[in-house]
Amino acid sequence: MLLEISHPAELYHLTNWLDTILQENLPEWGALLVKFVLIGVALLSAYAVIALLLIYGERKITAFFQCRYGPNRVGKWGIIQSVADMIKILIKEIIYIDNVDKFLFYAAPFFVIVASMLTFGAIPFGRGLQAVDFDNGIFYVLAVSSISIIGVLLAGWASNNKYSMIGAMRSGAQFVSYELSAALALMTVVVLSGTMNLSTIVAQQEYVYNWNIVRGHIPAIIAFVLYLISGHAETNRGPFDLPEAESELTAGYHTEYSGLQFGFFYLAEYLNMFIIASIATTVFLGGWQPIQIGVEGFDQIMNYIPSFVWFFGKAFFLVFLSLWVRWTFPRLRIDQLLNLEWKYMLPINMVNLVVMVIVVVYGFYIK
Amino acid sequence: MEKIKDLILRTVPEAVFEEKKQLTVSVEPNKLHLLAETLYGNAELPFDYLVMMVGMDWGDTLGVIYLLSSSKDVSKEVVLKTATADRVNPLLYSVTDIWETAHLNEREVYGLLGIRFINNPDMRRFFLNSDWKGFPLRKDYDPDSALNPVSVESKEIVDVAPRIMETPQGLKEEKVNIFEEDDYIINIGPQHPSMHGVMHFRTALDGEIVKKIDIHSGYIHRGIEKLSESLAYPQILHFTDRLDYLSANINRHALCMCVEKAAEIEISERAQYIRVITDELNRIQSHLLAWAAMCNDLGSTTAFIYGFREREMILDIFEKTSGGRLIINYNVVGGVMFDIYDNFQKDVKAFIPVMREALKEYHRLFSGNVIALGRMRKIGMMSKEDAITYGVSGASGRASGWSCDIRKHVPYSIYDKVDFKEIIRDECDSYARYMVRLDEIEESLKIIEQLIDNIPAGEHLVKTKPIIKLPEGSYFQRVETGRGDFGVFIESRGDKTPYRIKFRSPSMVLVSAMPLICKGEKLADLIGIGGSMDYVIPDIDR
Repeated sequence: MLLEISHPAELYHLTNWLDTILQENLPEWGALLVKFVLIGVALLSAYAVIALLLIYGERKITAFFQCRYGPNRVGKWGIIQSVADMIKILIKEIIYIDNVDKFLFYAAPFFVIVASMLTFGAIPFGRGLQAVDFDNGIFYVLAVSSISIIGVLLAGWASNNKYSMIGAMRSGAQFVSYELSAALALMTVVVLSGTMNLSTIVAQQEYVYNWNIVRGHIPAIIAFVLYLISGHAETNRGPFDLPEAESELTAGYHTEYSGLQFGFFYLAEYLNMFIIASIATTVFLGGWQPIQIGVEGFDQIMNYIPSFVWFFGKAFFLVFLSLWVRWTFPRLRIDQLLNLEWKYMLPINMVNLVVMVIVVVYGFYIK
Repeated sequence: MEKIKDLILRTVPEAVFEEKKQLTVSVEPNKLHLLAETLYGNAELPFDYLVMMVGMDWGDTLGVIYLLSSSKDVSKEVVLKTATADRVNPLLYSVTDIWETAHLNEREVYGLLGIRFINNPDMRRFFLNSDWKGFPLRKDYDPDSALNPVSVESKEIVDVAPRIMETPQGLKEEKVNIFEEDDYIINIGPQHPSMHGVMHFRTALDGEIVKKIDIHSGYIHRGIEKLSESLAYPQILHFTDRLDYLSANINRHALCMCVEKAAEIEISERAQYIRVITDELNRIQSHLLAWAAMCNDLGSTTAFIYGFREREMILDIFEKTSGGRLIINYNVVGGVMFDIYDNFQKDVKAFIPVMREALKEYHRLFSGNVIALGRMRKIGMMSKEDAITYGVSGASGRASGWSCDIRKHVPYSIYDKVDFKEIIRDECDSYARYMVRLDEIEESLKIIEQLIDNIPAGEHLVKTKPIIKLPEGSYFQRVETGRGDFGVFIESRGDKTPYRIKFRSPSMVLVSAMPLICKGEKLADLIGIGGSMDYVIPDIDR
């Protein structure tokens, strides 16, 4: 019972309550239908709200990195700025371009945004807050997130613009390369945890010394760093933002897009950053588990903080790291980028995977 | 210089010398190439640096003035003149095979004066469209706007260059294609986020690798040289600020000195000090912007803002001094417009330590960064020979190991009284160009430190006649701006307006070297190299 009281602000109380009411008052299919709709609406709104938070956060944090104030006119400290920007982008005219491959051109943004939404649904945000929980969760996340590259390639190809084309080709090379590293880094952890199910992975990491990054010590830390780098590269953000390198390719693959279509690319970019951070949090840093060290009083206090707060705290910390990197480093060149992946990260990753297997087979991990 | 005179006479016995401070010699068009080659090949003092080419309309003849200098000693100057009486189809021999920098200059002369050059491999007009009617710098030019109406039609770019080649059968007019049939060409510019202005590079790409660059310029050509011909000297002054707007004050200093030299106006010591201090502040802000823009080109936005942060302090000082921030309109003939304000010295002295700290921060943030080094080391190699033949002076030239600082070699104003080091590096790459600028900021700070406490009392502006008329003759003044060797050439016929005025643009040579040093580099590095060369487009499109 103590455990019940220790989670007063968890959202699963709400979801369970809703579930009970629906089950009591509706036939099974009706309850399911309502639940599907509710989950869909909740995820979509969460998607938009998180994007707004991220955009605001990035602008503010970047401003502080660059000795500026950032948005500070709309609302106190400019907090309504990104809402205003969202409204602006929603009502902006979409400029229809003549010499493009119409179908592909207008389909491309949807690939990007749908891929990122599909991934978004599989993330365990907190205790009992996970919409899609497959047994092969990690596999699913990797698979659907890589759909977005199709959107980028289509955008570049269909735009009938040389800048876009070069941007898309760069993006293709980059994404395919770094997807390998990201997947291998996650596989390293799968070897350790013995499952691909995201909720099980989180459940395994109850105490800090159970967090995969601690439990798997050296190979896990290497995998964590490699995942962060390759994840950062997958999101096309500096220093890996070659596909849209504004000083060379104006805006890369989305040069020709305007209004909401551009908004989709923009939104997906921010959300992908968050998704990468979320997966890293879930897989390496204990997901929504609070910091628990096995001392009862301390654990109790930590438990009072709801799990989704822990999750977002950890994820935003990783996002902050990503911003820090982005706003410090200059951009890599395409050959340097591919060198980094194929000559350094991939071999390290492969050796690391073998090391992890040895660690697991001989039981060298922290039990 | 007597030796040079002998050499010239031995090569071309009929050469005509003029009694001038500079060694000035006129030759027939058919002897010019021979003489140029001889001067170029003179082992003791090779005249391998073509400072500028001035196309001239002398009334009955059309011709070109070549100002030559030596890479070994940039203070040595020889002026060659040649002219043709044929005004319908004027032809001169090209010197592009001797000095690469002549290529764009000859195209400019063709565009503005209609002189075509035999053996120049690409005789398209520079600055002007190929269908422009008339040649603006000719004295009989018809400026009627009906002749050249403003068109709102989109024009296709034609990549075909006419040229006249000398063959054993005589002169042959021909047309060549700039690009190959199946080249993948992208337009970098005229509107491009990192072209530092409206420069247009037609770039042929092989994948990500730059195969060839074709330079198009003139999108903001304002005809300043033509406009100046109908304005009095004090009126022309404000144009100089609008050439290379980042070295506005230094450009203006050049024209002021040129006019003062010609009209024999002695300016006060106080004005000299103020001029040099503001020049050096101007140079620092120019280098800061160059640094910031280069970092931005390489993808580091944070560094961009950092550069602007310190630059702001200089602009504030300028604002308090003159009311202007970028284009400060401060130098005037006879001194400076206003005396310095009370706290000028205090503000400048407060700025110096801040700038020194900031330089350390820049090095920590960017200079040692492994990605930045990968993007700058061994990229955009420009050998010393290339730098000289293209006339690339300034920080970019010094990064190729060429000692070409005008402040040091041809000291003007009070630069001979101050102690500073000429920064020369020999890596020849983007990194060297980058480092030279940062190190020059430190040297400029040293110059300011030596002067700031010793500004002598006196008047800041000597009285000049209300209308300044320059005695007949040609006058030349070179200064070192943020980009390099900036020159002003004035030919006067004794009027209050110049007969011909010409500005030597240091940015034009920087751009003309781009096709050479970018060839074989990646597209991304084209931008980075452009940043490291630091050209300012209005300086080219005069």
